[in-house]
Amino acid sequence: MLTVEDLDVWFGHPPERVDAVQSASFTVPQGESFGLVGESGSGKSTILRAIAGLIDTWSGRIEVAGETIAGRHRTRTFHKTVQMVFQDPYASLHPRHSVDRVLSETLRLQGMDRVDQRITRLLDQVGLGQGFRFRYPHQLSGGQRQRVAIARALAAEPRLLLLDEPTSALDVSVQAEILNLLCDIRAERGLTYVMVSHDLAVVAHMCDRLAVMRAGRIVEQMDTARLRAAAAQSDYARALIAASTGYRRPA
Amino acid sequence: MTETTRAWLLSDAPQTRRQARMGALYQGWLTFRANRLAMVGLAILILLVLVAAFAPWIAPQNPYAQNLAERLKPPSAQHWLGTDALGRDILSRLIHGSRVTLFIVGTVALIAPVIGLFVGTVAGFAGGWVDQVLMRITDIFLAFPKLILALAFVAALGPGIGNAVLALAVTSWPPYARLARAETLTIRNADYIAAARLQGAGPLRLLIGHIWPLCVSSLIVRVALDMAGIILSAAGLGFLGLGAQPPMPEWGAMISDGRTYILDFWWVAAMPGMAIFIVSLAFNLLGDGLRDVLDPKGGRE
Repeated sequence: MLTVEDLDVWFGHPPERVDAVQSASFTVPQGESFGLVGESGSGKSTILRAIAGLIDTWSGRIEVAGETIAGRHRTRTFHKTVQMVFQDPYASLHPRHSVDRVLSETLRLQGMDRVDQRITRLLDQVGLGQGFRFRYPHQLSGGQRQRVAIARALAAEPRLLLLDEPTSALDVSVQAEILNLLCDIRAERGLTYVMVSHDLAVVAHMCDRLAVMRAGRIVEQMDTARLRAAAAQSDYARALIAASTGYRRPA
Repeated sequence: MTETTRAWLLSDAPQTRRQARMGALYQGWLTFRANRLAMVGLAILILLVLVAAFAPWIAPQNPYAQNLAERLKPPSAQHWLGTDALGRDILSRLIHGSRVTLFIVGTVALIAPVIGLFVGTVAGFAGGWVDQVLMRITDIFLAFPKLILALAFVAALGPGIGNAVLALAVTSWPPYARLARAETLTIRNADYIAAARLQGAGPLRLLIGHIWPLCVSSLIVRVALDMAGIILSAAGLGFLGLGAQPPMPEWGAMISDGRTYILDFWWVAAMPGMAIFIVSLAFNLLGDGLRDVLDPKGGRE
């Protein structure tokens, strides 16, 4: 479904050039949920943005559903195949557009018919009733906004969903709701997920496989069973897992 | 207003597109109404519009009728605000002059911000050389004092109220362009723009549907606050004899006429001065109130 080979992403020009991602390679087969973990600034979100076409300074090879993509331009099929949910639901909804406007514009852009019915269905699917249809973002809570953002991403009926820390801006009880919603949607539609997170517990819950990143490089790839068993091979991954289990009082 | 209408408007879960829109408008109106001074400003401006609309019926006398026997009379029962050097009733001239003022203000307010919005958002959104070219042109316009540039335009086009308005509009867009560009730069990389781009939205749709609505509110506030300056610039051009031509009762030109007699017959210049002052103040108050309502960074979040 998604193949990334030798991906380099950089910002700026030579004297101040920052290499955000260096020679990253991974493959995500159809239907799998893949996690990218690492500390802040390790380049995990940058990879997602490069795939989505929001960054144009990259080299390497990205292939989505058998289609190799280049630069910043993306085709219609790409937009129909790949969608993204952003980290901060307070920044990812236009402050002057109502939920109705967001969804109907998205559906029209994606060339969908029966817009009214689809909006109804999408809102039900993400657990928001019809009462939310004509609200503006400032009338919604953080969790409700993220649900709208998920509905927007689902509107195109994509096959690959890029999740950029979809719960890190929400408080804990809402996080669980959103994660369960994402799990349900994936089970229902057979979607492929690429999920960025710095929370190993979230990744262990959501993903089948994961890659650990550090300073722009992929340090190790493993499956979730190994993560749960804390059997990582590299020192960094082990340290990261140890750190995520929290502080333990020495016996 | 009945309780049910109110509840319908303020509903947290509007049922239709229309209800949501009306509700948002009503919320804005409530915020605006809470600002007493802004309401005063609005009242003055509504009054101004009414006066301008019904000028021929309100004005006690013909604004052009000269009566040299009655020249430079102080305010009295017959001439409430006195008469000018040609014996014309100043009150009547002020009332008819409100039409000219509204024409100037309205036209400039329609032209300048639109040019500014267009130039600024295109520059900010496109970036690169488009940005460079458009902003350098803006800089060139900004390098000249506004009134001097307007003077040059009027001198080239010929004096007259139409040309004065055009000159003011053409010279007052650069600050709006700057403002719109700055707003666009902060919006351009927002996640909601990225999300729309991911849905395949083209640059034109992003510009008009997503960026303009966010720039317009701060522009409206800025225009309302600049209105006073526009009136004064128009008055300045009138004062220099490059705006309205006699015998048109334009407020700035009326002050200019009164200048000769300012020490002995103060009312000839003071009355139109008062009118300009009151209307400018009203626009400033209105602008302040609009800022409370429209500023997206305001306390409504």
